[in-house]
Amino acid sequence: MSKKDKIFTVKVRRDFCKGCGLCIAFCKKEVLGVSAKLNRMGYHPAEPVKPEACIGCLMCTQVCPDLAIEVYSE
Amino acid sequence: MELLNKWPIYYKKDVISHYCPGCGHGIVHRIVAELLEEMDLGKQAYLVCPAGCAVLAYNYFDFDVIESAHGRGTAIATGAKRANPKLFVISYQGDGDLSAIGTAETIHSANRGENICVVFINNAVYGMTGGQMAPTSLIGQSTMTSPAGRSPDVDGYPLHITDIVATFPGVTYAERVSVSSPAGIKKTKNAIRNAFQTQVEGLGYSIVEVLSPCPTNWKMTPAKSCKWIDEEMVKEYKPGLLTDKREEKRKERA
Repeated sequence: MSKKDKIFTVKVRRDFCKGCGLCIAFCKKEVLGVSAKLNRMGYHPAEPVKPEACIGCLMCTQVCPDLAIEVYSE
Repeated sequence: MELLNKWPIYYKKDVISHYCPGCGHGIVHRIVAELLEEMDLGKQAYLVCPAGCAVLAYNYFDFDVIESAHGRGTAIATGAKRANPKLFVISYQGDGDLSAIGTAETIHSANRGENICVVFINNAVYGMTGGQMAPTSLIGQSTMTSPAGRSPDVDGYPLHITDIVATFPGVTYAERVSVSSPAGIKKTKNAIRNAFQTQVEGLGYSIVEVLSPCPTNWKMTPAKSCKWIDEEMVKEYKPGLLTDKREEKRKERA
């Protein structure tokens, strides 16, 4: 099974995200966006807005300073 | 469903760090924890924390960590390594810690060629105390104590401490990298891996300078502060390999 056939799922651990926006800035496919709701710490966390566009490059997990993003493949 | 980015076992899960949004410390912490896991060094790892923003790093790492007095990280690291050479000793320091108050310790531990690793986080300000001018601040950079910009007439020039220690024969490996982009983060990981390998082989002092964003004190958004590193900071602090004497030292030892 090649990488193209895989489906990737991005999950943001809402309460760990501080809403710095680095993942949003570095995601080439614009998968992530800012959530309208606040989290437990009072930040607007990132959330997947175009989850189907994810290609599993893991750039967001590399730049996230708080390890708040999890990428799954199936 | 398979998780692609596994959590490093030496990084505590479910702890929210105290760092500001977009701070580079979190990225470097993750890299250190990942490398200790990859290189199987976590059991003998001994991290010396600085005074500065990373002062609470012991809350996030799941291996032995000691707190040092301001600037004395490499002095404590020297003592630990000499007392127990089996330890894998890392000194994690910021720019105010390593290049301002700790200049003497840094210079002399490097000159003695102690077999330790130094991870030097350079964000060009004193982060923890509220963004005062550091020796590493850029010319014209506006900080809390230089609101009109750093002037060379009054405040002198940015201090290139990694370039200074790279000229010492005792320093085996010195590299400058930045965590302002995914590519830079990959390079950072490779540089820190080389530095760790230097100590594992017992070849001497290794230092990795990491240019790291401080959005809060630079008064920028995290994305803009990464851009500022790529555009302004790299002009003064050019990323790249500063010295690599590993081959020579391997031959000497052989």
